[in-house]
Amino acid sequence: MTGWGILKSLWVTFRHLVVTYIEDIRYGKRRYFTPEGIEARRSSDVQGIFTVQYPEEKLPVPEAFRYLPFLVYEEGANGERQLRCTSCGICAKVCPPQCIWIVRKNDPQTGRPIPTPAAFYIDVDICMNCGFCAEYCPFDAIKMDHDYEIASYDRLREHIFDIERLAKPVSYYASIRPTDYALEEAARAQKSGAKKTESAAG
Amino acid sequence: MSESALKIAQIPDLTLLFPDKVRPDTRPGYQGYIVEREHLLEVVRLLRDEYGYDYLSSVTGVDYLPEGKMEVVYHLYKTLGGPALVLKAQMPREDARVPSLVSLYRGAEFQEREAWDLLGIRFEGHPDLRRILMWEGFAGFPLRKDWREPYFEEEAKPFKSRWPEGFVFRAEDRNPFGDNVQYPPGFDPESWTPADDEAIYRALKRATDQDDLHADTLVVNLGPQHPSTHGVFRMVVSLVEETILDLKPVMGYLHRNHEKIGERNTFLQNMPFTDRLDYLCSMSNNFGYALAVEKLMGIKPPERAEYIRVMMAELTRFLNHIFAIGFLLNDLGAYFTPALYAIEERELILDIFEAVSGSRMMCNYFRFGGVARDVSDDILEKVRRLVNDRLPRKVDEMDEFLTRNEIVRERCEGVGILTAEQAIANSASGPVLRASGVPYDVRRAEPYSIYDRLEFDVAVRYHGDIYDRYLIRLDEMRQSLRILQQVLRDIPEGPIMTGKPQYQVRVPPGEAYGRVEGPKGELGFYVVSNGKPNPWRYHVRAPSFINLTSLADMARGNKVADVVAILGSIDIVLGEVDR
Repeated sequence: MTGWGILKSLWVTFRHLVVTYIEDIRYGKRRYFTPEGIEARRSSDVQGIFTVQYPEEKLPVPEAFRYLPFLVYEEGANGERQLRCTSCGICAKVCPPQCIWIVRKNDPQTGRPIPTPAAFYIDVDICMNCGFCAEYCPFDAIKMDHDYEIASYDRLREHIFDIERLAKPVSYYASIRPTDYALEEAARAQKSGAKKTESAAG
Repeated sequence: MSESALKIAQIPDLTLLFPDKVRPDTRPGYQGYIVEREHLLEVVRLLRDEYGYDYLSSVTGVDYLPEGKMEVVYHLYKTLGGPALVLKAQMPREDARVPSLVSLYRGAEFQEREAWDLLGIRFEGHPDLRRILMWEGFAGFPLRKDWREPYFEEEAKPFKSRWPEGFVFRAEDRNPFGDNVQYPPGFDPESWTPADDEAIYRALKRATDQDDLHADTLVVNLGPQHPSTHGVFRMVVSLVEETILDLKPVMGYLHRNHEKIGERNTFLQNMPFTDRLDYLCSMSNNFGYALAVEKLMGIKPPERAEYIRVMMAELTRFLNHIFAIGFLLNDLGAYFTPALYAIEERELILDIFEAVSGSRMMCNYFRFGGVARDVSDDILEKVRRLVNDRLPRKVDEMDEFLTRNEIVRERCEGVGILTAEQAIANSASGPVLRASGVPYDVRRAEPYSIYDRLEFDVAVRYHGDIYDRYLIRLDEMRQSLRILQQVLRDIPEGPIMTGKPQYQVRVPPGEAYGRVEGPKGELGFYVVSNGKPNPWRYHVRAPSFINLTSLADMARGNKVADVVAILGSIDIVLGEVDR
């Protein structure tokens, strides 16, 4: 019969429409604005409407998500910040759009370079969020952040991030990337354990 | 076997056939033959007519400034399958002319225009040699080695100003115009008036007066700002009433000088830039580039990495095809409903890409020798649940939803027909070629990665109209699911990278052409290295760009309302067309 194909298509659309309400009734209050509701709406057996009502609801980002980089600092005994960065410059060399600018600090007495940055700038308008800086840093000093809500009104002043804006504590890094952090700490512990036995033997 | 069949079955040795006109390319790391440019047409005609090399895949130019030479590199293939026959024509830089191959292969048309536009190589005998990616009034040839782009800092990255100098500045502040603009010397922007698109309009066919009936031709510009052109793309059509007489595509509105940036980047730094070519299918682009550089380096990734790569490539193919079907229906006028059903499936796959690589679209996941990060077991579990349960159901639902729909059939059957001979001559590739009856798939013709071990069928359809291009995408989605099920069943444990991850890759000198069967067609990367950390020449053979050669053939004789649907059925992405 002519028109049967159109009727079948309309039936598919109708089914999608009705099943949204059925799912709403089935889930009740837990469907919207709850974490389990969001998970249900991104699982592989979702039916019906799958919109996440941003900004009231936010999709949890996976651990591997990369947005802008940030510098990691260890907190010292009296709250002092010890940046892990040694200003080796590998992140600046490997950055594809060349958005990282580093100035090495020189020791004021001897004038030789010391392994910490005097200035560290990232131009976030240029940053491609590729993650190479974090991937190739040998000191785990720069990592990719999860924060994507960084819109501002003034591009010229606010979009070049300096050390103040970039530095975040190790505890923050451990909270956003727990498995990576655990692997790195295990590797560090193993290396320092190996060094201790070496120095004890030698 | 007859003599002609015997000739087609073998790979000819050109030094025996043309002893004084062709010599092998003996530079270290290079393949193929160097042809004298006066004899180029003769050699290629013999190869096409008698030896079965009917598919010209890629035409590209290279600037060898230190030797004072320009070179045009041709990659010829047989539609029966097999490796490439690489021909090169060399010429001095001051006198960069070479005969055009458009009379033998129509598909060379846009690529030769690109070589003229970007490198200044003149192709004699080309029917319409105009600039294609730059605008008509542009002065200079950007890809030449002595041409410097507006924000030029140094010949190759990394720049010294970032480290150890490090005093940050914005590039716009350095440019006196505060803008990305560079005028040739002696040019006065105040007094210059732009010329009209005279050349394009003159090149269109007009109606002739026949049978005492006066036919009025109307020239219409579709685009560049148009909701249905899949990006900034312009089509200039000449119409008689509503029927199309001729169509000329105009592209270059999204040209980002990707190839020149590629020459400034190191090999590794180019990987995130390849994500942005065909921005919907970033894993596929990464795959092609990784293959090309791995060919130069002579390394192969370990087994687990190969399986992960194929899994990502096939997931990309699935999400591209379902998106293409959704947007074809959008172009037909079924506003956004099928597109949003397609986008829902895409969202689930993009969530997997985000969990694996860190980003939904700009994945930057492949590295030379493997992949960047391992895939954990719960992600594999998610992929299994999708591939075994949800996605086959959804393909069947799209099929039930759209295939028998009378409106889709009325508007798509018999519209935009591309015959097999036209498709091969136009160097069409991917679903466009296979829907016209030519079963050419790079995964079978010249298998790469582990595709020679996987069982899948090459989808073919024989009518070559829009409906067949829609059906073949459904077929390919089903074959992709079949491949994914095999990959998920057989994926081994093991390392994901050959050697240690390093940011300074050592690439020996030579050339390589790495191609993959991308979702839009044959995506090829031609990389020339001279041993330095950054490539000497980096060219992308973009399938959408070359498939657009067939647009004029498909559109002639149809109505204006069909052009939008025909463009949707070719499935182009402007990031790839313009680079």
